Amino acid sequence: MKVIVPVKRVPDTAGDKIIDPETKTVDRDAVESVLCPINEFALEEAMRLKEEHDAELTVLLVGPDEAQPVVRKALSYGLDAGLQITDEAIGGSDALGTAKIIAKALEGTEFDVVIFGNQSTDARTSLVPAAVAELLGLPSLTYARHLEIDGDRIVVHREHEEGYDVVESTLPAIVSVVEAINEPRYPSFKGIMAAKSKPLNVKSLADLGVSADDVGAGAAAATLYEFEPRPPKEAGTIVEDDGSGSAARQLAEWLAEKKFI
Amino acid sequence: MAELVVLIDHTAGTPKKVSLQMLTAARSLAADLGSEVAAVWLGPGAADASAQLGAHGATKLYHWDSDEASAYVTLPQVEALEAVLDQTDVAAVLFASTNHVKDVAARLAIRVDAGVITDCTGLGVDAGAIVATKEVFGGELITTSRVADGKVPMFGVASNAFVAEPADGAAPELVALDVTLSDVAKAAAVTSVEKQSDSSRPDIAEAAIVVSGGRGLGKEDGFELIEQLADVLGAGVGASRAATDAGWYPHRYQVGQTGRTISPSLYLCAGISGAIQHRAGMQTSQNIVAINKDPEAPIFQITDFGVVGDLYDVVPALIEEIRSRTS
Ligand SMILES: Cc1cc2nc3c(=O)[nH]c(=O)nc-3n(C[C@H](O)[C@H](O)[C@H](O)COP(=O)(O)OP(=O)(O)OC[C@H]3O[C@@H](n4cnc5c(N)ncnc54)[C@H](O)[C@@H]3O)c2cc1C
Ligand SMILES: Nc1ncnc2c1ncn2[C@@H]1O[C@H](COP(=O)(O)O)[C@@H](O)[C@H]1O
Repeated sequence: MKVIVPVKRVPDTAGDKIIDPETKTVDRDAVESVLCPINEFALEEAMRLKEEHDAELTVLLVGPDEAQPVVRKALSYGLDAGLQITDEAIGGSDALGTAKIIAKALEGTEFDVVIFGNQSTDARTSLVPAAVAELLGLPSLTYARHLEIDGDRIVVHREHEEGYDVVESTLPAIVSVVEAINEPRYPSFKGIMAAKSKPLNVKSLADLGVSADDVGAGAAAATLYEFEPRPPKEAGTIVEDDGSGSAARQLAEWLAEKKFI
Repeated sequence: MAELVVLIDHTAGTPKKVSLQMLTAARSLAADLGSEVAAVWLGPGAADASAQLGAHGATKLYHWDSDEASAYVTLPQVEALEAVLDQTDVAAVLFASTNHVKDVAARLAIRVDAGVITDCTGLGVDAGAIVATKEVFGGELITTSRVADGKVPMFGVASNAFVAEPADGAAPELVALDVTLSDVAKAAAVTSVEKQSDSSRPDIAEAAIVVSGGRGLGKEDGFELIEQLADVLGAGVGASRAATDAGWYPHRYQVGQTGRTISPSLYLCAGISGAIQHRAGMQTSQNIVAINKDPEAPIFQITDFGVVGDLYDVVPALIEEIRSRTS
């Protein structure tokens, strides 16, 4: 079985974000970048398939040279090989542009399952996995909180607001996982050392047969033309509970004033 | 006339609140664009809902009454929407920006060469085109963007971004869709639907009030208190990741960066510190209340009303206060 895990480099949520006023994209050099934390759940699920089905695991990342440490980080969980698509023309691609690049990269690769994160912590569109599935004509079994493979069939518990749907298809299939699916391991020291020498294949858009005109900021379907910081919030009321119940009373009064009760 | 196509999200035959909010937003966009509002209802139940949809602004209602709409994953809805777009001059497509519906949007966008903006909190018209505002990076920045020319514009609308207001719209014209699913569409089957929620409480994305609990509850049983408070307020129940990680409450109720993003009129949390990843899921709420025993907890930076105190003292007293005022 062959499994591919697409991972993204994202700015650390805890760091300050700076948007470049000229390109109107996030200035990724100004903030520390990390492996998207949601992808750790996808990597863990892939490792389980390795342990249970002897699957061969490849990490796939679309992003600039500087993102290579993120590929190595992903490999340190125990995956076998990396594939990185790097090209100057990629910068500024939107979710559908990124999906087109990932789909092309997958077309040239053998796989049974592709395991995405259900979203990325920066863009948060959740569009990429289903768009890739559409481009490849494959089922999109997304928001998996449980995943099982038996022969050429895959069963996924697909999370929704009220519980989950049990969905199934044959392989190959596109999957995305939510963080409830497992508890990611920490990379071991051995894993970190081994990651440095794992094979990493770097390809350009031309290698994939993707035209630079079809991706990047120019082809982005949505144009950002204004951004502003969120207006600071006015300081609210703070009361301290002194054990007399007056704090709860004041809060109830406030709720009544606002017509919540 | 060009049509503003609104995909109605519904559950058990009733349109979700977000659907009526979208229709209300679409009504004002349509007035500015000179187009009409066409709702799309997939699955059984359209006829019963049509009066309500009409009252909120739909002048046309495309419907596909087949159970097939939810028998397979995502693609039946995509193919039904494709059938709509095939027969109309589309001004834009509006959909609820929730997980499963976003998949429908993504696949449809590839098929019809659309541009998609998800999680819109504001929609307006500028120079004949729809512009969308949305909050990015956990609500730290607000962006305004539009879909590039030549692409079908698609907008995912955040729950509670608009207030649903019925107008006195007449019943919409009903247009039955003729959909024959492709083989690809039948490749992934839904074999069962597991409902685990307590249906007496509203879903947190739809709820006007959400009450959330975190690690400060100290134990799983603490959520009984949170649920009691939620029930006297008619609220939905949410949780922080620390609480879902501990197994105290299911993940689907998690609010935050890797959980759900909600925007209720009132968000009331107890025993939650207000980490940036949590704020990413709730800081657009109109009113924020926190109960926390640590006066330095970051949640107090964004509260409209904060109580510094032990939640096990404050919450029961609050429940009593509310009960005595409402009975
Ligand atoms: C990649 C990533 C994604 C994440 N995604 C999310 C997410 O989606 N949602 C999310 O919530 N978090 C998320 N987190 C975790 C986040 O960073 C915090 O760890 C988490 O929100 C903390 O939950 P908490 O506030 O319940 O717990 P704590 O931070 O431990 O806070 C508990 C609070 O309870 C108070 N308290 C304790 N006892 C009492 C009492 N008796 N009465 C009153 N107050 C009391 C304490 O003063 C404290 O402020 C994410 C983290 C990462 C790294
Ligand atoms: N540049 C990228 N390279 C590889 N995978 C990506 C990239 N961007 C997004 N993904 C994958 O798509 C998932 C969903 O991201 P998004 O649609 O941006 O919310 C992520 O969790 C990743 O698995």
